[in-house]
Amino acid sequence: MEPLAQQPSVVELAWNVATLRAGYNTTVVVISAALLGLAAGVVGAVAMLRQRAMMADVLAHCTLPGIAIAFMVATALGAQGRSLPVLLAGATASAVLGVLAVQAIVARTRLRDDAAMAAVLSVFFGLGIVLLSVVQRMRTGTQGGLSHFIYGQAAAMQAHDAVLMGSVAVMATLSVAAFLKEWRALCFDPRFAQSLGLPVARLDLGLMTLVVVVTVIGLQAVGLILVVAMLIIPPAAARLWTDRFGRMVVASGMIGAAAGYGGVCISATLPRAPAGAVIVLTATAIFLVSLLVAPRNGVLARLASSRARFQGGAA
Amino acid sequence: MSPGLHHFVSLDLPAMLAGTLAALVCALLGNFLLLRRESLMGDAIAHAVLPGLVAGFLVSGSRATLPMFVGAAVAAVLAVVLIEVVRRVARLEAGAAMGVVFSAMFALGVVLIERAAVRGVDLDPDCVLNGQLERVFWFPPAEWGAMLSLSTIAELPRELVTLAVVYALAVAAVGVFYKELRLVCFDPALASSLGLPADAVRIALLAGVAAAVVASFEVVGSILVIAMLVCPPAAARMLTDRLGPQILVSQVVALATGVTGYTLAAHGPRWIGVGESINAAGMMAVVGGAAMAGAILLAPKHGVLARARRRRRVVLDTAAEDLLADLYRAGEPGHPIASGPPPTASPAVLSAALARREITLDASGAPRLTDRGRDRAERLVRAHRLWESYLVSRAGLRPDHVHDRAMELEHITDEELARRVASEAPARTDPHGKPIPPSTGEAERPPFSGHSG
Repeated sequence: MEPLAQQPSVVELAWNVATLRAGYNTTVVVISAALLGLAAGVVGAVAMLRQRAMMADVLAHCTLPGIAIAFMVATALGAQGRSLPVLLAGATASAVLGVLAVQAIVARTRLRDDAAMAAVLSVFFGLGIVLLSVVQRMRTGTQGGLSHFIYGQAAAMQAHDAVLMGSVAVMATLSVAAFLKEWRALCFDPRFAQSLGLPVARLDLGLMTLVVVVTVIGLQAVGLILVVAMLIIPPAAARLWTDRFGRMVVASGMIGAAAGYGGVCISATLPRAPAGAVIVLTATAIFLVSLLVAPRNGVLARLASSRARFQGGAA
Repeated sequence: MSPGLHHFVSLDLPAMLAGTLAALVCALLGNFLLLRRESLMGDAIAHAVLPGLVAGFLVSGSRATLPMFVGAAVAAVLAVVLIEVVRRVARLEAGAAMGVVFSAMFALGVVLIERAAVRGVDLDPDCVLNGQLERVFWFPPAEWGAMLSLSTIAELPRELVTLAVVYALAVAAVGVFYKELRLVCFDPALASSLGLPADAVRIALLAGVAAAVVASFEVVGSILVIAMLVCPPAAARMLTDRLGPQILVSQVVALATGVTGYTLAAHGPRWIGVGESINAAGMMAVVGGAAMAGAILLAPKHGVLARARRRRRVVLDTAAEDLLADLYRAGEPGHPIASGPPPTASPAVLSAALARREITLDASGAPRLTDRGRDRAERLVRAHRLWESYLVSRAGLRPDHVHDRAMELEHITDEELARRVASEAPARTDPHGKPIPPSTGEAERPPFSGHSG
């Protein structure tokens, strides 16, 4: 029999997690969360500049009925309902339906995009909640893992799920990097991009696809309510530091990666600190610091420049 | 009171009433968010109240309403202010600023809930989303006579009373500030030029939404709040162009949604024999969405189907008119296709023209103009050729460039316009030498006597 190891202190534990020495599973989850943050940061930067930021919120909420239906169908067919690829396939399908619904309402009715988005988001989510309550009452299986998609639970992720998340995140990041010039033209002047012969409609479709992909893979770690934060807060922080497109995408990706990494480390260390929320709060902390100290656009810089102007005027 | 009725009055009725009142108050204020294109603010506020609720709960250590209500209200107002600050300082579009603020606040709320749980205080994060309609119940007195006594009313579920008061206040506020709200929604520029404090009205509106959100959502959860802020007003907006009727329709939709949604959730599963009840708040959101989808499809004027029908009708009318004109031309002397097969068209176009008795079909199924059809065709051909001559002599287009233009103009030219075109560019023949048919009134007079030469 092994002697009882001394309980490590919080600091030791945090150090072990942060330096990737806290066991295979935790290490994989930490790396994957950082990669997810990177992907969400770069994709979110493009989406924000293209003014599609809140679409991420809509389609994240839209995934819930898809998850529930995928679970029910898989269970009814005798398969393992809780397998991640199955659930994520369902999530993707209903997210795409939600995006199409928003586009159809905006294109074919007098209702504006904000109303279309709010309606689709809440109705899909309501349907998801109804279906979850049905699943709960099914005799065949417990909904167990399903409601974790709402708030996320990175800490309980299995290594193979984390590997799936990390590798898709890398692919999403590479797709943004590969078309950086095209995205830039699209974000700053879609008409100019069109006149250059760029396939604007297809680029927009590609962007939406990337947003769907990042949202869906982020579901399990961060949860569907908060995954939008990973696509919005890092680029909002990065925007404070630079006006250049390329730099902003890179900065946003780095901030996202830092938030993913830091958030999982903190949440793995403290009891009952849900990873999703902690990741978002880490990103928020970076945003707030940026808001204060960013050169030129930060609050402090603005105060200083207005004081300088005031003194210059007085002299 | 029979047991069945007692069950209904103590369990179903309070929950149904609470859900319906929440739907009514959210839908009422949602009308103005919709018109101001700020529907997503409802979404943001509904998420952002979470830390305030939890803080109120932690401070009081119980589920007492007042501290949680105050906490949530403070959080809602804070969210509105922060969104504005972030939007201006960080130079973000409104949607992104909203996303930053509400997701950060929601995350804070989730962490607070979990930290509270560490200390052994339990607050279920799920009821924030789903509400807890099933916790609203009431023990009615055994006798009907005691129903209206003061003590009975004092024992009504607290959530129900809160919602009723907030709804009454919202109705009163909308009634008093109706003109201001309408102006700020439809014409903000005019509103501020009239000296109306548009910003103050907007802030008051958002504060009202915050109050509605806070009062509603401990009962029905944030999903239903967001759905009811947008779906009934959106359905109403599809059905009417005026604010007053829109508000009324939104209230009717909200009422129907509340009652139907609850009934379906509480009893629907038993009707189809699959066991117990399902989540009522979610079901109401789904019914609200169905109502909105129904209005989008079926609205008589703005609905998708009505618009498609109108568009199809224009296409069909145009094609039918083209057929009449072709038949007329084919009957003119010297027309190249007079000797060939007669013009025809698709069955839909033929039946449209048949229905208006402008053509008949001969034994071989080929269309022939009736007298009525000939009159119409003559007017069309007249308009066509008048426009061709106008476009050549007045607008300076080349004769071989005017046909397609005239093909479009002939369909939208009435008798009066044709007369004006004729007086601008008088001619007996079009640029290609075809005779311009006289207008019906001018048939006997020699046309254009003073000008033609």
